[in-house]
Formats: sequence, structure tokens, C-alpha cells
Amino acid sequence: MKKRQMYFRMITASLMRRRSRMLVALLSIAIGATVLSGLVTIYYDVPRQMGAQFRNYGANMIFTASEDTFTLSDVQQGTALIEADKLVGVAPYRYENVRVHESPVVVAGTDMNGAQATSPYWHIEGEWPSADGQIIVGANIAESFRLKTGEMLEVSYTPSEIASGDEAIQDTVLEFEITGILDTGGSEEDYLYMSLTDLEELTGEAGAIDVAELSISANSDELSGYAEEISSTVSAVNARLVKRVTASETTVLTKLQALVLLVTVVVLALTMICVATTMTAVVTERRKEIGLRKAIGASDTSIVKEFLGESMMLGGLGGILGSVLGFVFAQQVSIHVFSSSISFMPALVPITILVSVLVTGLSSLMPIRSATEVDPALVLKGE
Amino acid sequence: MSLLELKNVYKIYGELHALDNVNMKVEKGEWVSIMGPSGSGKSTMMNIIGCMDKPSKGEVLLDGVDIAKESAKNLTTVRRDKIGLIFQQFHLVNYLTAVENVMLAQYYHSIPDEKEAMEALERVGLADRAKHLPSQLSGGEQQRVCVARALINYPEIILADEPTGNLDEANEEIVVDLFHKLHDEGTTLIVVTHDPEVAEVAQRTIVLRNGRVVKEVQNQNFTGKIHFNEEGTHVTKTDLKSEEEIQAEEQAHE
Repeated sequence: MKKRQMYFRMITASLMRRRSRMLVALLSIAIGATVLSGLVTIYYDVPRQMGAQFRNYGANMIFTASEDTFTLSDVQQGTALIEADKLVGVAPYRYENVRVHESPVVVAGTDMNGAQATSPYWHIEGEWPSADGQIIVGANIAESFRLKTGEMLEVSYTPSEIASGDEAIQDTVLEFEITGILDTGGSEEDYLYMSLTDLEELTGEAGAIDVAELSISANSDELSGYAEEISSTVSAVNARLVKRVTASETTVLTKLQALVLLVTVVVLALTMICVATTMTAVVTERRKEIGLRKAIGASDTSIVKEFLGESMMLGGLGGILGSVLGFVFAQQVSIHVFSSSISFMPALVPITILVSVLVTGLSSLMPIRSATEVDPALVLKGE
Repeated sequence: MSLLELKNVYKIYGELHALDNVNMKVEKGEWVSIMGPSGSGKSTMMNIIGCMDKPSKGEVLLDGVDIAKESAKNLTTVRRDKIGLIFQQFHLVNYLTAVENVMLAQYYHSIPDEKEAMEALERVGLADRAKHLPSQLSGGEQQRVCVARALINYPEIILADEPTGNLDEANEEIVVDLFHKLHDEGTTLIVVTHDPEVAEVAQRTIVLRNGRVVKEVQNQNFTGKIHFNEEGTHVTKTDLKSEEEIQAEEQAHE
């Protein structure tokens, strides 16, 4: 039998046959590794989670015309430059002046699905339009004209030619079904919203896009990169970040990550103290065994190697347990705090095990050093 | 040249002379008992001969080398290579099996060899208990594992501290018989004991009192076996006295 085989046989026997004692040590290491692994998972998942949360506060990028006007095809060209999985939604808006009950009102033509994605905070009393011929009405307009969900509303459009005095052309009047009342607490309540197709039918022309709102799941650096790329690639479009959203997101993220990092460091320190205390107890309990080993010829190096081997093996086992339990812990935190699940990070398993082994090894150094100071003559004294 | 020689050895703790100018020799292959009451300096002498302690003064020559002058690291090497230790409390590693406990001594000495360790257990009659943990063995069996561990590396001296102190008479006889076999094979034995019955089975008995050698008895009737009378109790053939008898004598003297 090789010395190495006997070495592993000894440290395995020590862990397996002293299970009840070692379980306490293993538990403290596993708890530390669990919290560490969980917090690191959360640390790396926080940007994604917070990004998703911030997407609820509306678009974080807008397209405006760089010169005169831009079209839907320019918007599509711009959004094509954004990675599909990062683009949460895009809502192009075309504004036109119309009349309701002979009063001037502004109507916004948009992509209803896109508006839903970029403005998840919009509260609709009723339903979002699901087909052409349906509209939603801002709460202020609904109040002014006493409009209700389910009612039909006549909307008339005066072409620019009439407005400029050409009487040969008449107003276009179309009837729409009100599917919902929009309540945001903001300026959105002063508009009517219909699909771009309906607006095109009402106005009789495709028309230009005034503004496009985009919701992108990316950090501020990535967003700036996209904005720059889009502005330079699509000449008609000027892409800008919505600073109040992106800046707040960056600030909150930085603070949250710093907090998680701080807690991680504190947990790391507590784990080290816990392991050091447990190993001190283990060494004290095994003073006679250490004395015996020294009496039959073990050098200080051998004693250090054996105890370090035991603690590192414990660290490895604790790390394996910790990486599994850490994911469960992070998943629970994510579900309860962010209401969404996280994805398993396989790379974190070897890292957790390695960190656990290193932390356990480091924490054990002091207690193990005291093991080499055991005087065999003293501890083996007959009774 | 003697295998072991102590020349004017002192061990002083403050005012206390645990060993006070001790001189003794042990020849190769000899079986020597060191006897004396508690506090006579037996354990101190055992620790010094066993390279676990150093004298305050004097020379301790093992194979002609003064181990009193060696560093702690070198003493570990000497202990590992030349001395086999047997303890009163057995001191087996409780989570290793009997055979693994024997292999532990091989591990620190050279290369662990399970076959050889099994042979050592066979010599002490414990081959069938090789895979048992110390907690599954009787006191006598644990001491026999301890003997197997002490002899596995073929040490020059086997140093036993009260080897029968925790054993009943039947196991005491088994262990003494094992010593007898080892002695027949040429092993040098130094047995520290306070039991005159165990001491007298050796070839020579050195009696310590208050850190001094007060008597050396050459056992003329050396058989290496414990003698029993018809009632099954020990019979002392020399004029060695038990600890109780010595204490009684000292009290009477005072």
C-alpha cells in the first residue's frame, strides 16, 4: 500500500467513523457555503432581476427623428441591431390631431403589443384592444366626454388640405369601440390610443413616426453602446437613453450589489470563525491521539498534513452541499423577493467547492498549528 | 557497548529532582524491569528513554549516540526508528481498526504494508479481530494490538509503561507471554511497572525511589513467565516489594 493510500484511508476513516462529531463541523461549513453560494448567485442575478423590475417603469431608450422625420421601417432597422433576447418591447408612436364630439383631441397610433411591453405600468380599466377598430381612451378624455368602456366613439379627422382651405376634401369619420380607459396619473391620460393601421385608415396616409419607445434589458453601458450604434447606422433615427430610468437603475443596482457583497464578506468571516472554533474543539478533543501519533514517530509536518487533509475534505463536502443548497436558497430568495426564478450557474459549483476548501483550510491553520505543540509525554501520561 | 546507557542523569523541576544521578545500562536482547512506587521517577525515566523528554543533566546513550543532545526533530526520528512504545492506557486511534492502528506505525516509519501488519496481529493472536475498532475489543485485546504496533517496525527497544496496569490476570499472562516470545526472538525489553509480579519475570529489575536507583536485582530464576500458586494468585520469587509494602515500610520507618 502506498503512503498516499494510507493517508486517504486515515482521513476518510476519521470523517466516516467519527460521523456525529464531524457532522457538526460539516454543518457549519455547509451553512457557510450555502449562504455564500446563494449570495453570489443573487449577486450575479440581481442585474437581471432588477432589470426586469425596472422594465416595469417604462422604456429606457427612445428614437426620435435625427432630421425631419423617420418611418416604421427605420424603427425596425434600428431594433434589428438589438439582440432579440434583450429587446423587451418597442412601441412606435404617431400623433395626429382629431376631433371627438367636435372637440380637438390628440390620438396616438401605436403597436398595442409594443405599448403593453414598454409601458407595463399603464393601468387599463377594461381591456387592451385586440383587433383593429378598437381604441383605449385616456382617463382625462373619458371624463371630459363621459366615455365608458364598451361604447362606440366617432373620431373625425380633418386632412391638412381642408385645414388649409381646400373645401373639395371632406373630413374622415370612423367609429371605434372603446375597450379600455387608460389611467396612468400622467400626460398619457390626455390621448386616444389606436393601432397604426386604424390611424392610417383615419388619416388616409402612412405618415411618419414621431417617437418610438424601447424597453431593453441591458445595463447602462450596453444601452449606450446600442444607442450609439443605432444612431450611426440608421441615419434617420436619433437613439437616446431615458436617463431617469437608466441612471436610477444603475444607482439601485450598484447599491444592491454592494449590500450583497458586504453580506457575503460578513458571512465569509463568520464561517471562518465558526470553522476555526470547530477545528479548535476537534484538536482539543484529539490531543491524546495527536500525542500518540507523535510518540510513534509522526513529524509536525505529518500532523499538519493529516488535520489539514481532514479539514479540506470537510470543506470539499461542505462545498458540494453548499452549492446545491445555495442554489435552492437563491431560488427561494428570487421567487419571494423578485417573483421570478433564477437559472442554475454550473460554473459556481467548482468555485463554491474551491472557496469552501480554501476557507476551511485557512480557518483550520491556527488550530492545526496548536496540534503540533502537543507534548506526547504530557498527554499520554498513565492514569 | 551497551544498547542503552544512562550516565549521571538528572531531571530537575524547580526544587524537585524527578531523576537524581541515575546510572544504568541495558544490554542488547536484555529484558529489564524498572520498578518503583508512584513518584519514584519511573515515568520520567520512561519519557527520557522513549525520546519524549530530555534530561536536565547527564548522558543517555542509545547505540552509542547521546540522545540527550539531539534536537526535537531528531528525537522523533530516533523514536520512530528505534523504539516501540506500549502504554498502560493502550492509546489506540479509536476510529482506526486494529490492523490500521498497526499500519499507522508503519506509515510514519516507512511504507504501510497490510500483509505485514496482519502477520503482526497474528503473532499476538488477533488475526481474526483485525477489522475491529478498538471499542469492539477487550482491554487485553487492545493491549495486544498495542504490542503488535510496537513490534511492527522491528525496533531496537520495546519500552512498555505499566503494560499490564489495566488488565486482568488472564490478559496479564497473555501479554507477559508475548514479551517472553519477543525476548526469545532477541528483542530488548524495558518494562516500567509498579507490580513486583510483573517486574520479577524480567531478567533484571531496577528499583527506583525518589529519583534514585536504590536496588538492582538479577532474577536468578528467570523464566519469563508469571508464577502462580495453587490458588491461582501470583507468587513472588524475589525480594521485590509491592508499592503498598514499600509505603507501609516507609511509614513504619518514619
